[in-house]
Parts: sequence; C-alpha cells; structure tokens
Amino acid sequence: MKAAVIVFPGSNCDRDLADAITKVTGRAPAMIWHRETDLPEGLDFIGIPGGFSYGDYLRSGAMAARSPVMQAVIKAAGQGRAVLGICNGFQVLTEAGLLPGALMRNAGLDFVCRDVTLTVETSQSIFTSRYAAGEQVTIPVAHHDGNYTADATTLDRLEGEGRIAFRYAEPVNGSARDIAGILSDAGNVLGMMPHPERLIEPEQGGTDGRRLFEAAMMALA
Amino acid sequence: MAAPMKITVTVTLKNGVLDPQGRAIESALKGLGFGGVEGARVGKIIELDVADGTTRETVEAMAKQLLANTVIENFRIDMP
Repeated sequence: MKAAVIVFPGSNCDRDLADAITKVTGRAPAMIWHRETDLPEGLDFIGIPGGFSYGDYLRSGAMAARSPVMQAVIKAAGQGRAVLGICNGFQVLTEAGLLPGALMRNAGLDFVCRDVTLTVETSQSIFTSRYAAGEQVTIPVAHHDGNYTADATTLDRLEGEGRIAFRYAEPVNGSARDIAGILSDAGNVLGMMPHPERLIEPEQGGTDGRRLFEAAMMALA
Repeated sequence: MAAPMKITVTVTLKNGVLDPQGRAIESALKGLGFGGVEGARVGKIIELDVADGTTRETVEAMAKQLLANTVIENFRIDMP
C-alpha cells in the first residue's frame, strides 16, 4: 500500500500516524508538506493527521482545508483514493467539503482526553472490514471540537446509507446521534475523532486501532 | 492611492445550532447576579481592509469560501 501523510503547521499526530502505517504495512508513507500542490504518483491511501493545524485559527480545520495540498487531496478523493482523517483530520475533511456536517466545540466545553468505547456501526467499508458490525472497541479521544453537527436530513441520510462508521457507546462530547466517525457517499473517505493510530501495539495499551489499518491494507494493497 | 475600504463581516451561529459557549456565558452572567438574561450567543467579527471598489459579491464569496462555515454559521456584511 502506497501511503502519504499530510503535514500542516500545527499537526502533532503525523508521526504517530506514519508509524502506525509503517508498522502495519511494512512501508513508510511519504510525508507531504501543506504547501505541496501535487501528491506522489500512484498513491493508495492518504492520511490527514490530528493536531492543531494552523493553530485552529478561525475554526478547527478551516485554514488547512484551503491549503494548496488539500486541493490535491480533494482531487485524489474524487478519483477514489482512500482518505482517512483523524481528529483534526476529520475537522479538515468536513471543512474541505469531503464529508458533510461540522465539528463544533464539545458540549461540556472541556477538552476530552481519555479512552472511550466505540460501537462499530458497519463492517462494510475499506476501513472497517476487519471489525464486526456491533462490536465494541476502545480507542482514545483527545479533542476540544468533536461535537458532530449536521441537519436532520443529513443525519438520516448517513444512517440510511450505512455511512456512520463508529458511534460513541455513551455520550462523550455532545455529538449528534453519538457519531464518532462517518464515511463519504462513495465510502473511500473516513473521518473520525478517536485515534486508532495510538493503539497499534500491545505496549500502547491495546491494539483495537490496528485492524483499521489492516483493513485498508487488505483492500488497497 | 485610494484609501482601503473597511468592511466588517459578522459571523454568527445559525438558529437551532447549540452554542455551548453562549450557554456558559448566559449561566455565568446569571451567577454574577444579572437577572433577565434569557440567552447568549457567541459569534465573531472579522474586519477587512480591502481595495476601494471591492464589490459586495466578492466579499460574499470570501465569507462563503472561508470566513463562515455555512453548515453551521450565518454571516452579515457591513460595508460603506
């Protein structure tokens, strides 16, 4: 699997994501700086990491979504390349219009940083095929703006089309319908607030995140 | 050279979008003893200096493409 990780000023999970990809696939991703206008040829997988891109100026993910490299990512997503946005990466994907809705300040106003239990809502995606639908997994969150919001029509459509990938087993941040991660209509873009890249090896306290990368590798290699 | 034009773009949350910061402010004002506060909403003001002659359509495009997230926010443009 040929992968790239996008790096913005203020990204801070880019190396964790690169390590996760390297450990699971055996091949290190290209690290792509935000000013690049082109992506490497023949990419299968693009990761948008967590962090505080551009200092969260204006809105979380807003500046990154308009950066030069994101125009190339939007184009690649349109061509069916797999795109995974984690935490700030999810915020970037909604701001870029690759996923519907928006991520607002957590309902309790607190920065939430802890392990949370997620329910896998679908195994029918290139990212979740190694989980069972209905399975519960534990993956950490660390965010201030994870309160997913969309209008009722959009939420109904996401549910009806099986595009909710993960839900919080109990409320974490006020997110509509406890949504933790959603898929694009074509299924090749996943945005999620929890951090699967932080649970790849037992030394990290668990391996529930590993299967997400294994699934992508199986689908894309 | 013509002086730049001052434009103010006010970005507010749409009605119906929950505003936890506004709620916290409302509750804090009540806690300070200010009665009669029935709501508080937090938005932001962006002041732009643009070339004289910039059209409202251009500023609207700026607001739609970057300054406001129209999924959750409205904007108002005040220009001379």
